[in-house]
Formats: sequence, structure tokens, C-alpha cells
Amino acid sequence: MTETIINFILFAMLISTAFAIVRMTSLFAVIMLASVFSLLTALLFVTLDAVDVAFTEAAVGAGISTVLMLGTMALTARHAKPQTQSNAIPFLVVCVTGAALIYGTMDMPNFGDPNAPAQVHVAPEYLERSIEEIDVPNVVTAILASYRGYDTLGETAVVFAAGIGVLLLLSGLARRRKEDEEEGDI
Amino acid sequence: MFLVAAIALFIAMVLVLIRLYAGPTLYDRVLASNSFGTHTVLFIGVLGFLNGRPDFLDIALLYALINFVGTIAILKFFRYRAIGDMHQRNGAQK
Repeated sequence: MTETIINFILFAMLISTAFAIVRMTSLFAVIMLASVFSLLTALLFVTLDAVDVAFTEAAVGAGISTVLMLGTMALTARHAKPQTQSNAIPFLVVCVTGAALIYGTMDMPNFGDPNAPAQVHVAPEYLERSIEEIDVPNVVTAILASYRGYDTLGETAVVFAAGIGVLLLLSGLARRRKEDEEEGDI
Repeated sequence: MFLVAAIALFIAMVLVLIRLYAGPTLYDRVLASNSFGTHTVLFIGVLGFLNGRPDFLDIALLYALINFVGTIAILKFFRYRAIGDMHQRNGAQK
């Protein structure tokens, strides 16, 4: 009961924040609101016991994204241009997509259902055998590092490549700036 | 007991959100956003005790750190009108 009320209040705040984001034209206020939106989402994840997801959401959404968007705003405009076109078609598309997604949840098992496919497929075997097969006390670590080892290796490679790419782009930018400045001095 | 604390936190969150929506200056919004981050930290703590499992208190501390870094970035933006690219700005002033 308490949990339902907490979820209800959090979702009410989330929706009002989303409407405020849509209505505002001051981009700075929108960035602040987006960071609050992310914090509210993180709180909802915490109420669902997904603490790790909540932490990623807070770190990426409220932390890094705010800084990146502020940096972007420093390079571009401070205010959104007032909208001149009609919003009817985008609104229709959003409504249809939302309805399809809600229809999709009809087949889903209830939250925390012990007979859900996610609970009965391979999870019991992992829980039963991970100690003797992998000998790592944390089952999540055993799954990520051993049962799905190649998957994790691929993810790490993708993140590493992305990091190298960003570093290359940034170093190229700094070098070009320096060259420009030297030319300016002459 | 913890329920009362949670309700009080919700009221405080709503008040902060009203300030965030209404403005009127940017500084109100920065303060409101930072304050909302603090409320998030407190609410995660209260939620743990409310459910009888206060294991997530250390995670609430990490949220406090993220909130702090975010506020520093925003204030740096106010002070210098740029986040990381000070080089170009100094060059432009010369």
C-alpha cells in the first residue's frame, strides 16, 4: 500500500516535470528540469529494487548529461525558438506508440511473479550451480564474467573503442585550435 | 515514524519542484535542482528504513557526490560561461 502511494507520487512528479520541460523555452531551465527528471527516474528504479540501474541513471542522466548539455548550450543558443508548426501529427504518433506499448504490457507477467519466464528459465540453474562451477560468491558476477563472458568482452571492446574515438576527436580539436592561434599571432 | 519523514520529504520535494517550474531567475533553479538532489539522497535513505532494509545508505552517499559534481559544473558555467574550453575564450580576449 505504502509502496503504491510512493510510486503514485513519484510518477505524478515525473509527469509534471515532463510537461514543464515541454512548455519551457529557456534552455537552462530545461537542463535543470532534465536533471531532476533523471533523479526522479532513479528514485523510481530504487523503489523497484533495481539499485544498480538507478545508480547508472543518476550518474549518466543527472551527472554527465547535465554537464554535456551545459557545454553544448555554451556553444549554441540560450533559448529555444518558438514553435510555428502544428503539433498535431507528432502528438498523434506519440499517442499511437504509447497505446501500442501499453497494449504490449498486457501479456507481461505481474511484477515479482515467481512463475514469470525470467524467474523459471535459467535463473534457478545459475543459482544452483554457480558456486560449484564458477566458485564466485556473487552470482551476478559469475553470470557476467563467466556464463556470459564473451558478451561482456564484446561490450568492453565497444566501450573501449568509443572512448578511444572520443579521445582522438578531442585531441584533434585541441591541436587545430592551437594551430589557429599561432597563425593569429603571426 | 519513517512514514512521517517520507511524507515530509515529499512535501519538501513538491515545494522545490514548484520553485523549479516557476523560476523566476536562473539562480532559483540552480538552487532548486541542487536541493532536489539532496532530497533524493534523503529519500533513498528513508526508503531503505521504510522497507526494513537499510542496505542502500552507501548508494545514497554516492548520489550526494554526483549531485555535488553536477552543481560544481553548473556554477563553473555561470562563472566562466563555458565548461571545459577555457583555452579558446582566453584566446578570444587577447
